[in-house]
Amino acid sequence: MSMFNRWLITLLYLTAGTTLQAGEGPSLGTPLSAGEVAAADITVMPDGEGLPTGSGTAKTGTSVYLANCMACHGEKGTGGINDTLVGGHGSLTSDRPQKTIGSFWPYATTLFDYVRRAMPYQTPGSLANDEIYAVTAYLLYLNDIIDQDKELNAETLPEVKMPNHDNFVWAYSP
Amino acid sequence: MTDKDFEMTPAAGNGLMDRRMFLGATAAGGISMLVAQPAAANRPAWTQTPGKGMNSYGSPSRFETDVQRVGIGSQAGTVGSGASRTPLEQLNGVITPSGLHFERHHNGIPDIDPDQHKLLIHGLVDRPLSFSLETLDRYPMTSRIQFLECSGNSGALLSPTPMPRTCAQLHGLVAASEWTGVPLAILLEEAGVKPEARWLVAEGADAAMMSRSVPLDKAFDDALLALYQNGERIRPSNGYPMRLFLPGWEGNMSVKWLHRIKVTSEPAMTKDETSKYSDLLSDGTAQLFTFPMGVKSVITNPSGGLNMSKPGLYQITGLAWSGAGRINRVEVSADGGKSWAQAALDQPVLTKNLTRFRTPWRWNGAPATLMSRAVDEHGSVQPTRESLMAGRAKGAFYHYNAIQAWRVGENGEVGNVYV
Ligand code: HEC
Repeated sequence: MSMFNRWLITLLYLTAGTTLQAGEGPSLGTPLSAGEVAAADITVMPDGEGLPTGSGTAKTGTSVYLANCMACHGEKGTGGINDTLVGGHGSLTSDRPQKTIGSFWPYATTLFDYVRRAMPYQTPGSLANDEIYAVTAYLLYLNDIIDQDKELNAETLPEVKMPNHDNFVWAYSP
Repeated sequence: MTDKDFEMTPAAGNGLMDRRMFLGATAAGGISMLVAQPAAANRPAWTQTPGKGMNSYGSPSRFETDVQRVGIGSQAGTVGSGASRTPLEQLNGVITPSGLHFERHHNGIPDIDPDQHKLLIHGLVDRPLSFSLETLDRYPMTSRIQFLECSGNSGALLSPTPMPRTCAQLHGLVAASEWTGVPLAILLEEAGVKPEARWLVAEGADAAMMSRSVPLDKAFDDALLALYQNGERIRPSNGYPMRLFLPGWEGNMSVKWLHRIKVTSEPAMTKDETSKYSDLLSDGTAQLFTFPMGVKSVITNPSGGLNMSKPGLYQITGLAWSGAGRINRVEVSADGGKSWAQAALDQPVLTKNLTRFRTPWRWNGAPATLMSRAVDEHGSVQPTRESLMAGRAKGAFYHYNAIQAWRVGENGEVGNVYV
């Protein structure tokens, strides 16, 4: 490491978290507009920040699931070749803990976030927001967490309390 | 005691010799190792004709084609949702050749055009910014030789009965490289992190858009936006053209193909930090954010699947590492943990890097159980399998860092055992 770099990094550590000092880097970043950020930002936070407009129910989600997910995750979220998405309630302390959305996941928002970014596996990004809300509702319904007619949208999804929510402990807090 | 005395003095039971023996032996010239004698008088064939010419990108000898990543597996019906493992017992030193660095992907290796790839930094910052690779090449960089370990490494050792596996199959989700890139702190400072920010959410440009929340204190401490691995641009399987590198922390957080950082006040609770990469305990509670990889070591030679040819003098060697810092010492046992001898450590011992340990052993031909135990600079001691498993839920396989035992049979075959 050059003396310059060593000095630079020491300076950074000393000033981290305080105000920006001139001369740390060449400052070549290109400013992003609010529109550019909005187009790229698909992170959904547990309080619902980042959820898009749109809505769906388990009823409408059934067909989304059958057409896009069942081949790998099985009928009604069990017995597929890939992860089991339904069931396992009460199994976590047993000899065969089964971690599913219903038995394990702490936040319902995670399901929307994950399906939007990564599923269906072969064609991620292909579902419309209404379809993602609907398939999210369907999987929560199959796990006995919401009713079949419950409408999920940016307001109601973060309100869904997951059964295992209180059993998570933070091993690290900044 | 003179120097020559300790050369021949056992350091622990069942043939373990003083770690300084090999060093002393060279000076004294008194100990014959099991190596081939110098070649005979005839010139070997390859000295009798001119060799091949230069080429633009080298590859290993044609006699080394069996040195390959092993244990390649993917979820049913997929090719890119799984892992491949570093062949630890076929390598030496501490740096892993880039082409043999283990892989763990969640939906394959993306084919990223570097000219179109951008890193976005936004969220709780004064100035949301975008960086091209060309731009980043002009930033001050630094290099570090450090390990990366998948949090699921060694998980097969949860099996109630020991599986007949090699060292690589069991422990090959760890590797070390020289990582070169821009300290993330420089880029975050340029964007201007707001006072209420505590986390960042990193996202990859793969088909899984892998996403993890990272505490900002780690980002400002030693996080790197890595652009080079072992001197060349990062390989596609390791995040080309850029990845996050978080020294000592579970590999999944060092998001590959990094294309977006959102600065936040809270963690995003992504699938890969809640459903996966969290640790279920036997009482039904689960721990989130168990970031550092624990102190660990494994004997890579002799190890599972290898064969000791005949009794005699051998060098036991292996790797030790800790996500919390430097390795302080490694002890080796040849009698199933009854007695321990201190191993020599290859220098330099670097923080959060693999450390190569070595110790001489005179195998008498009888069955023996070999073990290694690492201690880091903070005094953390590698746990036994039994103490590690206590309090864990059944099947909770992340962060397995227990002592590995290898059984050497009478016939010289080496296998995985529990003690
Ligand atoms: C081609 C097979 C396939 C299809 C189709 C598919 N998935 Fe998946 N799914 C997978 C694989 C493989 C994984 C594991 C990915 C990884 O390695 O992280 C997965 C993981 C998941 C998970 C995380 C499970 C957990 O417990 O962590 C959820 C939730 C999920 N899929 C939902 C869906 C939904 C909803 C659909 C339909 C819109 C869908 N999947 C379609 C293969 C598939």
